[in-house]
Amino acid sequence: MSIPLPILDAPVPSVSLAHLDDLWFQVSGTVCNLTCHHCFISCSPHNHTFGFLDVETVRRALEESVPLGVKEYYFTGGEPFLNREMVPILEWTLRYGPASILTNGTVFKDEWLERLRRAEDASLYSLEFRVSIDGFTAEDNDAVRGSGTFDRAMRGVRQLLAHGFLPIITVARTRDDADDVALVKGFARVLKAQGYDRPRLKILPTLRLGAEVDRQRGYRDEERVSPEMLEDFDQGLLICNHSRVVTDRGVYVCPILIEAADARLGATLAESLTPYPLRHHACFTCYQYGTICSNASSGRRDA
Amino acid sequence: MPEMERIAVFGGIYNNYLALDAAIQDARQRGVDALYCLGDLGAFGPHPDRVFPLLREHAVQCIQGNYDISIGNDLSDCQCGYTDPRDNYFARLSYQYTYQHTNSANRDWMKDLPGQRRRQLGRYRVLMCHGSPRRMNEFLWESTTSTHFLEHLADAHQADVILGTHTGIKWHRQLSGDRHFVNVGVLGRPENDGRTNVWYAIVEARPEFRVEFIPLAYDHPALAAEMRSERLPDEFVETVLTGWWTTCLEVLPARERRRGKW
Ligand code: SF4
Ligand code: SF4
Ligand SMILES: [Fe+2]
Repeated sequence: MSIPLPILDAPVPSVSLAHLDDLWFQVSGTVCNLTCHHCFISCSPHNHTFGFLDVETVRRALEESVPLGVKEYYFTGGEPFLNREMVPILEWTLRYGPASILTNGTVFKDEWLERLRRAEDASLYSLEFRVSIDGFTAEDNDAVRGSGTFDRAMRGVRQLLAHGFLPIITVARTRDDADDVALVKGFARVLKAQGYDRPRLKILPTLRLGAEVDRQRGYRDEERVSPEMLEDFDQGLLICNHSRVVTDRGVYVCPILIEAADARLGATLAESLTPYPLRHHACFTCYQYGTICSNASSGRRDA
Repeated sequence: MPEMERIAVFGGIYNNYLALDAAIQDARQRGVDALYCLGDLGAFGPHPDRVFPLLREHAVQCIQGNYDISIGNDLSDCQCGYTDPRDNYFARLSYQYTYQHTNSANRDWMKDLPGQRRRQLGRYRVLMCHGSPRRMNEFLWESTTSTHFLEHLADAHQADVILGTHTGIKWHRQLSGDRHFVNVGVLGRPENDGRTNVWYAIVEARPEFRVEFIPLAYDHPALAAEMRSERLPDEFVETVLTGWWTTCLEVLPARERRRGKW
């Protein structure tokens, strides 16, 4: 169990929902088979703060999303594939629109991937897998994600390739001195060795929340978003400008702040469309880096 | 303006004046009431200034793409928003080349183009845009755009037919109430399918809506030779000669990426 996030009491800007483009599902709650040291919601096998979503809940939200004109669906956790209904959930979703799933790649079963291959083939839409790997050596990755996770994630990548998926490897910049060009080159080499000759990579900043606070540090007091900072800023770069996340405890403003009580906006999508004041230090990371959660194909510019 | 019922719509030209010339002849032969281009006149290919006389001489009605806004307003990049360092490297090269070889009269002309156009085609209200009606550089890919999102765009922008380009790959989706979204493809480069032809669209309402995607052959070996003599990157030349994209692949969604070679 974690302590709810504190809120800032300084004046803060509000962000309105321009349009609900991306609907997120916290599909495995805060439950994960791993306990990464940088996990911003401190997921673990025992963190049941948020629980699994069932197919029915997802279907209701999908139906509700149609008149709202949602463009894409995203699934996260925890580890989504710990949810026993993950495959049917994705099969359903692909009837409505494109689906992206954020996974650690360590728990795939081949029969699930076979079903998902058929589901994607029967759909108009893309099914994107985003696999988190945080270093291109076992040493670097396992220091953050736990012993043996590099090899297991690489096996996951090979399973995805064998089923015709082209995973996007997402890399958290876990070291302040990390050089992005070297990261890209290192990953390209390692993935090629797995048979992935056209690797897709996305490098992300870490969020100084949850376990990451102990691994590195939390936010400094001055790391916050003030009203002036948003004056000439493209708000489309903030997730809260075009997304909401469905959890088993209601709809929240974004997947980053589900541990903040004030980030719960309502029980249904309809109730969650209100503006949100950026009362959290984590908002500063969004401000600095922009679009940290969407796929490159959405055409939102990363800062 | 007389009532229109059949138009030719070109997507990004990317300096490919040879394809533009071929497309204009081809569309004229097929019989159309008007010619349109949805922007991105520059990028990628050789000799940007050769595009403009053709557009003016044949009264091709253009709107602005991200490239035209950038070049016309002396911006520092093309606003494609690549994050991959390799994609960015090539995007910068082609932007600098195009910027340096577009004369100031043509830059001014681009700067004054409208961002969108509305036309009546038979009984259909047509909205022409570059990326999407709400954002000029938004990518609307077939595999990452839900049908209900397109319904929302058609409602919000009061259009029966939305025409766009920007991604480089053509597609069409029928919406409720006989409304349509069409990405018309591009003339600038082939569409990552191993064929050297490029594409444009003929859109008609006679009186029913119909879109026909036209595969267009043009003198691509000549274009490749000119690109070489202008010292444009070999990777670009390879795309012209093979029909496979070699750069700017980062933005492709899974399904579209899988169809390509790289
Ligand atoms: S970072 Fe991802 S894989 Fe690691 S503990 Fe958190 S949810 Fe699990
Ligand atoms: S954390 Fe980011 S997405 Fe969430 S409310 Fe703050 S700025 Fe918006
Ligand atoms: Fe464009």
